[in-house]
Amino acid sequence: MTTAVVKQHTDLLRQMLRIRKFEEACAELYSAAEIRGFLHLYVGEEAIAAGVLSDLTAADAVVTTYREHGHALARGIPMEAVLAEMFGRTSGCSRGRGGSMHLFDAKRRFYGGNAIVGGGLPLAVGIALADRMRADLHVTACFFGDGAVAEGEFHECMNLAALWKLPVLFCCENNLYAMGTALARAQAQTDLALRASSYGMPAWAVDGMDVLAVEEATRRAVETIRGGGGPGFLELRTYRFRAHSMYDSDRYRDKAEIARWKERDPIEAMVRRMQLTDDALKALHREVDDEIQRAVAAAAEGPLEPVEDLTRFVYAEKS
Amino acid sequence: MTTYREALREGLRDALRRDERVFLMGEDVGAYGGCFGVSLGLLEEFGPDRIRDTPLSESAFVGAGIGAAMAGLRPIVEIMTVNFSLLALDQILNNAASLRHMSGGQLGVPLVIRMTTGAGRQLAAQHSHSLEGWYAHIPGLRIVAPATLADARGMLWPALTDPDPVLLFEHGSLYNLAGEPEADGPVDIDHAAIRRPGTDVTLVTYGGTLGKTLDAAEQLAADGISAEVIDLRTLRPLDDATFIESVRRTHRAVVVDEGWRSGSLSAEISARITEQAFEDLDAPVDRVCSAEVPMPYAKHLEDAALPQPAGIVAAVRKAVNGNG
Ligand SMILES: Cc1ncc(C[n+]2csc(CCOP(=O)(O)OP(=O)(O)O)c2C)c(N)n1
Repeated sequence: MTTAVVKQHTDLLRQMLRIRKFEEACAELYSAAEIRGFLHLYVGEEAIAAGVLSDLTAADAVVTTYREHGHALARGIPMEAVLAEMFGRTSGCSRGRGGSMHLFDAKRRFYGGNAIVGGGLPLAVGIALADRMRADLHVTACFFGDGAVAEGEFHECMNLAALWKLPVLFCCENNLYAMGTALARAQAQTDLALRASSYGMPAWAVDGMDVLAVEEATRRAVETIRGGGGPGFLELRTYRFRAHSMYDSDRYRDKAEIARWKERDPIEAMVRRMQLTDDALKALHREVDDEIQRAVAAAAEGPLEPVEDLTRFVYAEKS
Repeated sequence: MTTYREALREGLRDALRRDERVFLMGEDVGAYGGCFGVSLGLLEEFGPDRIRDTPLSESAFVGAGIGAAMAGLRPIVEIMTVNFSLLALDQILNNAASLRHMSGGQLGVPLVIRMTTGAGRQLAAQHSHSLEGWYAHIPGLRIVAPATLADARGMLWPALTDPDPVLLFEHGSLYNLAGEPEADGPVDIDHAAIRRPGTDVTLVTYGGTLGKTLDAAEQLAADGISAEVIDLRTLRPLDDATFIESVRRTHRAVVVDEGWRSGSLSAEISARITEQAFEDLDAPVDRVCSAEVPMPYAKHLEDAALPQPAGIVAAVRKAVNGNG
């Protein structure tokens, strides 16, 4: 293996580990009531954010859902800013107004954080349209779950993006469940890549537990998109190891099913594949733990937005 | 002892038992037990035909509920949160509310749509709004908002027997409200209720702000101000007779509404008071509403954005004492 490849693999693993450990820290902070509202964790799905976003440039755009901590971190939003947002602090990336479900970073072309299922898809189409009209073929990566495929907006957006040949990478994170509703109980056709291809765009079903497979599929799709070929669709087959949100008692899933998927843990699989030594792995863990500790300390110290500023940011401020 | 959540469930169970034509449909109402746990256990009791899980397709399943009602069934459609109902607004406004009129009285839509409304749980702007006032704007709909355990238990059946579409708004922060309900069966959905009699000022409210308004009334009583608290219960058609009659006795009114102030239900109530009881007023009608911002996540900002007892008390003092 070349050093470049080793570096790439290490970067992907580090990213997954950051996301995993961040989510675990969030669960604890939630139990300690430092974080409130809805909290949707990404544990099990890390290979997708890490794999897809490693192929995007700073000029590309990202639109995502309420399960977006992983995308935010992989996009490069500083961990303190993400965590401070969940603590409801001014130092948060949405000044404490958005919380876990609404992370934004305009500078990094990170357009949220949408908690309306399917609500981000039209935005992605519009961002891509703007890029295309300016003759920039920047890619807009749009993440959504299998549940969103049932919404009318999904179909309207597939059609528009394909019709106008827009540079959108649709990333469907198929974790088999929309809250408690199994894909097969919600969809007449469960082959989601097949459905996307019916709109006339290239679509691939990808093993979402394999970060290298995700990265490679993304690279191929992004190449077509940047070449002006119009949108592409990745159905990323994955699984969430935890419940839908912290409120969910997860009664609708079979324990054996969860255990089977955990055997395919994307992080463990990558560690095995890279044949990392215990020491190297420990060092990586330590590095990530340090980052998390610093982020927690910084977030907890962040100031609260003054109440007098409650009605700011409803309209543009005159300078 | 029962909770608001259990009272709603009892109402559902009762309706499903009473009438074969009744069925419940919506996202995660079955296997998951309802996203707020309201329909927990009903799938086992009534089966998947009558406790019907739907895909995330608000427009499709609300529209399908309208169709099923037109064809003789009595659907109860659950939308998780009022924010998501906007995806089905076309069906609710252009079909459910309009079909009877457009068809010259031939077609009715006897349907109940239940949904959660309101803030207070740090869920931020896309899960927290109180939009029932918008729906109360629409002719052809009836809008009800249970604020008590008895109403949570008893509003569904009269809503189902209404020949027209009824939207039932459950405030998200009430689900864990516990106590002994005063009644255990169908309730009146035509009239507002006086929840606390008083002589100095009329407080008009409903749903999630009833508790805060009653708290405020308690505090005012300690200061020797006697506040009458009216729970609207039905937001459309408005039972204005009850609050107008009250204002004629107390000569002062404060409206408490979690919706935004501009163009709101509170504006409508205030207008009706000035239209019908202007000469009885000793002070301008005041309103305590949510701040005009999309609801923020951070707790201190959310608290500041919502009507609170202290704000209600201050508004009442101003009405009673003049600007002092
Ligand atoms: C329009 C709309 N309807 C319902 C909801 C409530 N809700 C939030 S997440 C969710 C499940 C979505 O599942 P999926 O799209 O598969 O994404 P996942 O949570 O699995 O990542 C539901 C029903 C919502 N947020 N928006």
